[in-house]
Amino acid sequence: MSSAARLLDPYRAHSSLLHRLDARVKLALAVGFIFTTALIPPGGWPAFILLLTITTSGVLLSRLGLGYVLKRSLLALPFILSAVPLLFTSTGEAWISFPVPGTTAVISQAGVVRVTSIALKSWLSVQAAVLLAATTPIQDLLIALRSYHLPRLLAVTIALMWRYLFVMTDEALRLLRARTARSTRVPGQRAGGRLVWRARITGGMAGSLLLRSFERSEAIYHAMVSRGYDGEIRALPSAPLSATAIFATIASAFVLGGILMLGLLTGG
Amino acid sequence: MVKLNNSTSATPVIQIQDLRFSYPDGQPALQGITFSAMPGEKIALVGPNGAGKSTLILHLNGILSGEGLLEICGRQLDHKNLSQVRARVGLVFQSPDDQLFSPTVFEDVAYGPIYQGLSPAEVQSRVEAALAAVHMEPYIHRNSHHLSIGEKKRIAIATVLSMEPEILVLDEPSAGLDPRARRQLIELLQELPQTMIIATHDLALVRDILPRTLLLDQGRVVADGPTGVILSNSALVAEHGLA
Amino acid sequence: MLLSPTPMHIPDGFLSVLVSIVLWIAAIGVITLAVRKLNQSLAEKDIPLMGVVAAAIFAGQMLNFTVVGGTSGHLLGAALATMLLGPWAAVIVMTTVVATQALIFQDGGLLALGGNIFNMAVIGVFVSYSVSQILRRFLGEDLKGILIRGFAAAWSSIFVASLAAALELALSGTSPANIAVPAMAGIHALIGLGEGAITLGALSFIYATRRDLLKIGPTHPTTSKGVILGGLGIAALLAILSPLASAYPDGLEWVAEQNGFLEAAQDSAYTIIPDYIFPGISNEAVATIAAGIAGVLIVAAISLVVARSQRQADPKV
Repeated sequence: MSSAARLLDPYRAHSSLLHRLDARVKLALAVGFIFTTALIPPGGWPAFILLLTITTSGVLLSRLGLGYVLKRSLLALPFILSAVPLLFTSTGEAWISFPVPGTTAVISQAGVVRVTSIALKSWLSVQAAVLLAATTPIQDLLIALRSYHLPRLLAVTIALMWRYLFVMTDEALRLLRARTARSTRVPGQRAGGRLVWRARITGGMAGSLLLRSFERSEAIYHAMVSRGYDGEIRALPSAPLSATAIFATIASAFVLGGILMLGLLTGG
Repeated sequence: MVKLNNSTSATPVIQIQDLRFSYPDGQPALQGITFSAMPGEKIALVGPNGAGKSTLILHLNGILSGEGLLEICGRQLDHKNLSQVRARVGLVFQSPDDQLFSPTVFEDVAYGPIYQGLSPAEVQSRVEAALAAVHMEPYIHRNSHHLSIGEKKRIAIATVLSMEPEILVLDEPSAGLDPRARRQLIELLQELPQTMIIATHDLALVRDILPRTLLLDQGRVVADGPTGVILSNSALVAEHGLA
Repeated sequence: MLLSPTPMHIPDGFLSVLVSIVLWIAAIGVITLAVRKLNQSLAEKDIPLMGVVAAAIFAGQMLNFTVVGGTSGHLLGAALATMLLGPWAAVIVMTTVVATQALIFQDGGLLALGGNIFNMAVIGVFVSYSVSQILRRFLGEDLKGILIRGFAAAWSSIFVASLAAALELALSGTSPANIAVPAMAGIHALIGLGEGAITLGALSFIYATRRDLLKIGPTHPTTSKGVILGGLGIAALLAILSPLASAYPDGLEWVAEQNGFLEAAQDSAYTIIPDYIFPGISNEAVATIAAGIAGVLIVAAISLVVARSQRQADPKV
């Protein structure tokens, strides 16, 4: 039963090129990739194709499997609804028009280009983020972030949250399960209670979780102190970046820069 | 198989045939469970950890669903009648904190009847009856968080009794209780008239109040019969990690 | 399992680079301030507290209740965190939750993370604190007072944060202001009611079990006037901008176009170069096909390399 929550963890252990790559480099590459993608103007199709090549290559090199990455990368898609109005409001050559009560709706070519570009950029960015998260254990990510000057307080809080995340999500699932077991129907009656009541019950469950966290924290602190905790996140001292890692970073910077130029030339 | 039967009707309240279930990660948990329970029977579910006791319990009120026949009160569970069947099976989980999430005992015990859409008067009477059944009436306006674990377990049972189920299923009810609280719980369970299925490691409890024992191991029913017979079979007990 | 409780975790691709960077700067600024304040006032033993509360809020966001048919309501938790821990610790806790959701679970983008942190961990917390503290003057410290403050703080945190998100999308040119603002505001006015109701339930539970937690917290002893002013300021600014934006979208459109002009300007600077150095690139169709062919070849090559190295590795097992 407790393993249900662990399925949330996206990290998949393999021994691939990407897994072995230094976390600091991976973080920089992921952010660099997303940044480059963001700078490509709408309609930069050649650039988008090359960016997709990069992510697909990444998926292959990471041995994660296209299916796995594809499933996770579609998470962001529903948000595209917020950009749909652009289809109609973008100025430019009309493409499709259809009657709508009161007026005619016109979809412009520019609108289609813009919305498709947004969707593509979003999808590409999520893939990069998935590759990073799935090939890097969180401890390594935190150390990498610390080396990029993430405040100690924040790093420690993230580490502790992670440590107790699965315990608490497990408890949340058990609370939900126990509530489901008592959410029953009798023939002839409308079940469910009032909406506000249902919300308040949910609140009580949240309150229960928060309470448990408060009560745990003192015990946690004592346990940590007795194991020599002094407030810093440590691991074995980070090796200096290997030549391969540095080469990979510089080469990637050039590749991304090239794609960005291509995008600026062919898009907009 | 001998079945102790003190009911007036001949239809089983629980009928399970060849129930199979695997978890999403592929781990097989139930590999062909078959048994049935008559109204009023008190049955122990024993076996080593990982035998499938908790998994089986979660099937009894439809939280999990596997392949094979599973009928409660003569009706097969499907997604349409799930919440109606659930009203008949009261599931008491191992940790009472999972079941107590309201500011007062009254509100916790009232959850079931309120969800069912009963009138305030009916809700009130259900709550009072349930608390009376577990001998916790004075606690009605208290907050459950400050109670001892024994008291919490009894309130947890009350939260389920208020739905007036025909079958009570309990997961490790005596775990974590001191001897006095345990004794009180055992006495309470003896008083309750519902059909009862109790998953437990507490063999003394089994011998005390549960005439029939179902021994599970690796997702299969290894033995099903009178408690005295099964628990005195030392080979069986040793082989399946009961003691 | 979708972990996102509200349609407020903006993915990458929807905020322009300029807007993202500005929001990152703002978020980092507030976080740095929060860290400084906490390093002064926080007892060592309260540090694990923030981590575990973050875990509880993260898990709490998974709890749901059925609204209508298939839709369900969830908790964000900024108001609750603020009422239990005080504003600065709440900023850290919510930042932790939002950042982890983005980094590990891809709930919200990485470039957009600055904006998401600013909306949920800064605006959400500051507005909750302001509303709660201002109402404190008029209400007692009894249960009813706490519940009213909690509901108002929770609703406001959601509503104002959504206004910010809508304006950010509009400024980025992703969503026209006269649609985005009313839509986000309308939806979140309702979602805020859910947040308020859940917060009520949580506060009732905590009040009944550990009343002491609601008054004591790492930074509760002194009221932070700065945060109150900040929260009020943000809320006021957004309250003024939002109707303006919806009524006069041209103003915002103009800004969005400046955004687009920035990118188009870079574009035009390079149009001089290509014909001499990259013949054929200016013909977009050719470039697209060429990129496609190159892409397929590269992926095929990598597949071969990976397959080969896998075959080489296997015999050793």
